[in-house]
Amino acid sequence: MTANLKTGASLPRRTAARLVAGKGRYTDDIQVAGLLHVAFVRSSYPHARLKRIETRAAADMPGVVAVLTGNDLAKVCAPWQTQLALLPSHLSPPQMPMAQGEACWQGEAIVAVVATSRALAEDATESVEIEWEELPVVADVQAAALADAPVVHSAMTSNLGLDHTVSTGDAEAAFRQAAVTVEHTFSFDRQTGVTLEPRTILAEFDPRLQQLTIHHSHQVPHQMRDIFAAQLKLPLSNVRVVAPDVGGAFGLKLAAYPDEMAVATIAVLLERPVKFCADRLEAFVSDNHAREAKVHGRMAVDADGRLTAMDVSVVSGFGAYSAYPRGSVGEALQAVHMVAAPYKMAHLRGRVRGYFQNKPPSGVLRAVGQPIATTVTEQLLDLAARRLSLDPAELRRRNYVDTATATARSAGGIVLAELSLERCHDRLLQLMDYATLRQQQRMHRDKGIYRGIGLAAFIEQTAVGPTLYGAQNVRASAQETCRLTLEADGAIRCATSITDQGQGTSTALAQIVADALGVDIETVEIATGDTQLTPFGGGAWASRGTALGGEAALRAARKLKESVLGIAGALLQTEPDLLKIEDGRIYNTASPLPQMSLADIATTAYFKAHLVALTELPALEITESFAPRDLPYVAANGIQAAHVEVDVELGTIRVLDFWVVDDCGRVINPLLVDEQIRGGVVQGIGAALYEQCIYGADGQLENGSLVDYLVPMASEMPDIHVAHVQTPTSATTLGARGVGEAGTVGAAAAIWTAVNDALTPFGVVLSEQPFTPERVLDALAARKD
Amino acid sequence: MKAPAFAYRRPDELAEALSLLADDGAQVLAGGQSLIASLNMRLSAPALLVDINRIGALRGIEDRADGIRIGALVRHVDVLHSPVIARQVPLLAMALPHVAHMAVRNRGTTCGSLALADPSAEMPALAVTLNAKIVLEKQGARRTVAARDFFQGLYQTDRQDDEMITEVIFPRAADDEVFGFAELARRHGDFATVGIAVRARRSGDTLENLDVVIFGSEATPLLSPATSALRIAADATAPMLADMAEAITATMEPMENHQGRADTKRKQAAVLLRRTFRDMQSRAFAGKGNGHD
Ligand SMILES: Cc1cc2nc3c(=O)[nH]c(=O)nc-3n(C[C@H](O)[C@H](O)[C@H](O)COP(=O)(O)OP(=O)(O)OC[C@H]3O[C@@H](n4cnc5c(N)ncnc54)[C@H](O)[C@@H]3O)c2cc1C
Repeated sequence: MTANLKTGASLPRRTAARLVAGKGRYTDDIQVAGLLHVAFVRSSYPHARLKRIETRAAADMPGVVAVLTGNDLAKVCAPWQTQLALLPSHLSPPQMPMAQGEACWQGEAIVAVVATSRALAEDATESVEIEWEELPVVADVQAAALADAPVVHSAMTSNLGLDHTVSTGDAEAAFRQAAVTVEHTFSFDRQTGVTLEPRTILAEFDPRLQQLTIHHSHQVPHQMRDIFAAQLKLPLSNVRVVAPDVGGAFGLKLAAYPDEMAVATIAVLLERPVKFCADRLEAFVSDNHAREAKVHGRMAVDADGRLTAMDVSVVSGFGAYSAYPRGSVGEALQAVHMVAAPYKMAHLRGRVRGYFQNKPPSGVLRAVGQPIATTVTEQLLDLAARRLSLDPAELRRRNYVDTATATARSAGGIVLAELSLERCHDRLLQLMDYATLRQQQRMHRDKGIYRGIGLAAFIEQTAVGPTLYGAQNVRASAQETCRLTLEADGAIRCATSITDQGQGTSTALAQIVADALGVDIETVEIATGDTQLTPFGGGAWASRGTALGGEAALRAARKLKESVLGIAGALLQTEPDLLKIEDGRIYNTASPLPQMSLADIATTAYFKAHLVALTELPALEITESFAPRDLPYVAANGIQAAHVEVDVELGTIRVLDFWVVDDCGRVINPLLVDEQIRGGVVQGIGAALYEQCIYGADGQLENGSLVDYLVPMASEMPDIHVAHVQTPTSATTLGARGVGEAGTVGAAAAIWTAVNDALTPFGVVLSEQPFTPERVLDALAARKD
Repeated sequence: MKAPAFAYRRPDELAEALSLLADDGAQVLAGGQSLIASLNMRLSAPALLVDINRIGALRGIEDRADGIRIGALVRHVDVLHSPVIARQVPLLAMALPHVAHMAVRNRGTTCGSLALADPSAEMPALAVTLNAKIVLEKQGARRTVAARDFFQGLYQTDRQDDEMITEVIFPRAADDEVFGFAELARRHGDFATVGIAVRARRSGDTLENLDVVIFGSEATPLLSPATSALRIAADATAPMLADMAEAITATMEPMENHQGRADTKRKQAAVLLRRTFRDMQSRAFAGKGNGHD
């Protein structure tokens, strides 16, 4: 083809320059006449009965239009309840936009003050009086599990929300026969997504047309349209949800949040436009949290270093309610099912229990549970390597499951296909010069400098299909759709169900469409995020944008090309097979001169169709959908490595270098893929070293600001070197796998193995994430005694 | 996170600012890097903000007979890049790279930091180490307080509500003085978990007259009372320096918080001190073959 092929080229994100220049148009930037603002009174108690709510004084404050309670909103909004068909024991009480009668976490919205400005609304919140009766609090997961624990919500009979087991092969026998058995306990502190743009929603209701229009900082506008319509009892076609520029999402903007439902409800109730933009403190106490888990893991290895069995027990924290509509079980299930996914291992025994707690609901966060499974597996492998006096890289090399078929399954049931773990591994060792680093490590140790090298191989579930939520009876679409239109001026309009919160999928789609059609990429316009303008589909979740949205776009582009060439053939009186499109112009393969342009085709088809000598005019607007239906998801794989230095006197950890070799199949845009991997790695490093929602035993969040909740910052981050192995998936014609979560799946594990490798001379293995200086010093002190 | 309503004035003259400050509920707005955040979080609700940013008399770093003067409008960034400071108050120059990030340093002021008296801030600790003179003015009155008498408790100082810190005067470093500074922060630019500042005099083969201040962990900068007998000899060994560090940290009363327990901070302070002593020793006696561990 032509030299200016876009697929595989590192084109910068289309929106990058605009966003960096401060020209973003986020939900909070949208101007609406007569706009009202909402500020919430939130529960300061993790668990309390609402005995009396007095709103009169607040209602009399300047600028206040309404002060509303849960009971007021219940007149318009129906309750919802998270239910998962395959997990009937995952029982979360019905939820309302604001608490009625009982608050179950610190931060739950209780009263909404609606005023002409946010500042006035906040002023008035201080005049709302609530009489509380404190109820017993269950904060810690282990406390929630106790037989005599109080219940998180008075409608529940037990805090247990999940008890699930996995049993493959005969783990017990494998442990009996193992040459080496290792075990360790792992604790993962709660974290949250910390999006730069907080959750924001603007709701407008037109009572004449009964139409609800919502601008929403969200990943899945089609899902939210379905939910708003159902809860507010409006016909689906009367609801429009638009996600404009969205400043980060990471999975936390996948849920239907009660306070956001409240805003939509208020718009309907008051028939006035209303907006809510969470401030940072509200974000910390009301965004979904994730990762809270305690794990005990055991691993059995034979004398040749072959992994034979694992036994894992996971306790996961759900928060007060199960996130709607996807539930809060994803993290817990993945933590068990994904263990040892990259390795040949015949026997697995796993049990996972999840408990409700008086804390904000937990939901999905980039990589959902996979980082936990990867950390447990990789750390145990390192411990086994030590016991066998084998190099950790060599131990892994002996165990990879490099399957070429599409039917292999890991012991945890993970469907594996067309993997490249061995190639990724070899490439990584070469990239990082593993042997030299090991040598230097020994030299440094002699000088009292403790450096560690950590590896983490991983499988990433990407491009998840309908079997995940479809089977649970959850209305979260897994299908992605592209509607491609030849515009009257010859440009291409690509409306996609995929949404973009900074990933750059719009750019990747433009590349795919430009190449498949043979047009200048500048003439391809991408429309996303608006349920009125884009076809129905999933949006952004489970690393699907380019893999699935790109596949739909490719299929649509190929069909549109056929239509265009069909019409061109008729006009030029040539067989369409002898025509091609390059740079938006139609050529006869026999001649170097362009015959006509796409604009000519559009003009003829749209205004002078009588000139086209075809009985049926081929469609110039094509809609194609795609969802993987033979596979539950498309597995991607890779390996990461961290090089760290631990200051064993201060307890501090410096990440010196980081490497990733990833196989996301066909790379459509290396720049975007590398951005995704680096961002994901940074999030994983954040988890291992910095991020934690610190709750007291009383259920109060003690670090609800960015001064105290530490996110990874540029000055602490190492260079992250990325290389690719490309094994196109046969599940699509495009061949791209997902990559959005790859970095996060493995990075924390690589930090765990690296830090613990550095501490080997002390015989210390850390077990609590994040590795704060105090935790490092405590572990060292406990060992020295 | 919107501030409650307040009145706002931005006078051009110091006298006018001081007369505005005489009103109840009036508060100085300097760089705003701490104050604006606390307003937005509704942690404070002043009736009137007196913005001092237009008052020319408060600008400038000056090399004066009584020391190096830093006016109330001098930003952290000005101090960081000042050749006068680098030469005359090297301890400040050593510490400034640890103060916040560039954006905050561009606006935050030295005097604002002293007025705020955040326990984790560097400026109060350095002022105590060097016993800087803090100049306070109110309508019709001016007084000077030694930094060692100024800090009274967590965010508490000797300053009255109607007083402004108009300048701080740091003593000029003497030729025989040697300084050391170190701090532990989780991320670069974060407030310190624990930090130390040291001044000593070189006399022959020893460093003596040690002033050691520990901050971050304490409610106010802690000037160690345990240093009068301590000396760092050119040939002091690491264990000797470690013993000194431990004698000093024994007097700490660290606050427990998410950055760590008291014992952890004491342990970390001792490490910082030992390393800083070692560093000062090698700078003071460079080429003298110090350090037999
Ligand atoms: C992200 C971030 C990180 C930071 N990290 C650090 C750090 O590592 N180390 C550090 O030391 N600081 C740090 N700071 C704080 C920064 O240095 C502040 O700017 C400084 O503490 C206060 O100076 P200011 O001029 O901004 O004061 P303002 O915010 O304007 O005022 C602070 C308080 O002091 C009062 N005040 C100010 N000036 C005067 C005056 N001349 N007389 C009387 N009262 C006055 C005000 O009324 C107010 O009560 C950080 C700030 C941020 C936002």
